[in-house]
Amino acid sequence: MSRNDVLVDADWVQAHLDDPKVVLVEVDEDTAAYEKNHIRNAVRIDWKRDLQDPVRRDFVNQEQFEALLSERGIANDDTVVLYGGNNNWFAAYAYWYFKLYGHGDVKLLDGGRKKWELESRELVTEVPTRAATTYTAQPQDQSIRAYRDDVVSAIGTVNLVDVRSPDEYSGKLLAPAHLPQEQSQRPGHVPTARNIPWSKAANDDGTFKSDDDLTSLYEEEGVDLSKDTIAYCRIGERSAHTWFVLHELLGQANVKNYDGSWTEYGSLVGVPVALGAEPGSPEGGKQ
Amino acid sequence: MAKETVIQGAISRDGAPVTGYVRLLDAGGEFTAEVPTSSDGAFRFFAAPGTWTVRALVPGGTADATVEATLGEVAEVALAV
Repeated sequence: MSRNDVLVDADWVQAHLDDPKVVLVEVDEDTAAYEKNHIRNAVRIDWKRDLQDPVRRDFVNQEQFEALLSERGIANDDTVVLYGGNNNWFAAYAYWYFKLYGHGDVKLLDGGRKKWELESRELVTEVPTRAATTYTAQPQDQSIRAYRDDVVSAIGTVNLVDVRSPDEYSGKLLAPAHLPQEQSQRPGHVPTARNIPWSKAANDDGTFKSDDDLTSLYEEEGVDLSKDTIAYCRIGERSAHTWFVLHELLGQANVKNYDGSWTEYGSLVGVPVALGAEPGSPEGGKQ
Repeated sequence: MAKETVIQGAISRDGAPVTGYVRLLDAGGEFTAEVPTSSDGAFRFFAAPGTWTVRALVPGGTADATVEATLGEVAEVALAV
């Protein structure tokens, strides 16, 4: 896997707007952004309504994912190009999801919606119609998904990468600076986790930094790229972006995204928690 | 919330609202958050008290402003590109 397999630029997308085997999919944190306008012929996936189980806290299951993609007119042999706002934050989450259910050819538009907008490229309001398909998903690829027990046993052994902002990591805030401050029972981070905010992997225009810059970014913060890694954030979306960087761009072999993330871990009874700006010892506590 | 502050404002060009993106950078210049503006160029962040840089990104321009956020107060910032 290298960046040419998993990233396309705006010119490539422009040239494939009318290619029936290329499906553009917009996935935004702000799920109303698509209604305002979107890239021509792009369909929408709503990360909350379409990708989360409506009752229990979990993803839609394999059958629900098949139904979703069939209804959106996405076929197994289509090239899916995902894009969204905020450095492709939620588009990267959807990418991870497509990989979780075994989609063959999926890519991100480098820079996402923001770069497209800042270059004043065409955006439309017209919603395309795609004929329904019969999509077949694979069982979840558990090699890229971490659960709470994996995280507890990773303390002090496996790379733990906390990709939230420094204020969330240290325990000053419970959520990103633009969201209401609610969620977990306790602030802080998983002991021994390194804090490398997800957004450091992106340039101002939302494109990914070079492989060399990305490698130095993680190594300088003490991440041993030869070891296994679990990435987490608050609800698993920003860490999907970091999963994309480590697994898809840098080709690190064993990287898992912990989608339960801090809203789960920070509400568990009896697990160690570290407060403050340092990774801390495996026992956690206040620094 | 008792522990945070609100930083809010709007982007304009020649006095007219302009839409785009706003980035919040901490005192060390590190990226903290980004939001798209509303249709009238407005934005809002929740942040810890301290000194912040607010950066507007719109087609054909950027603008920075420094803002001091104080506990329990709303910090208003206007960005002209």
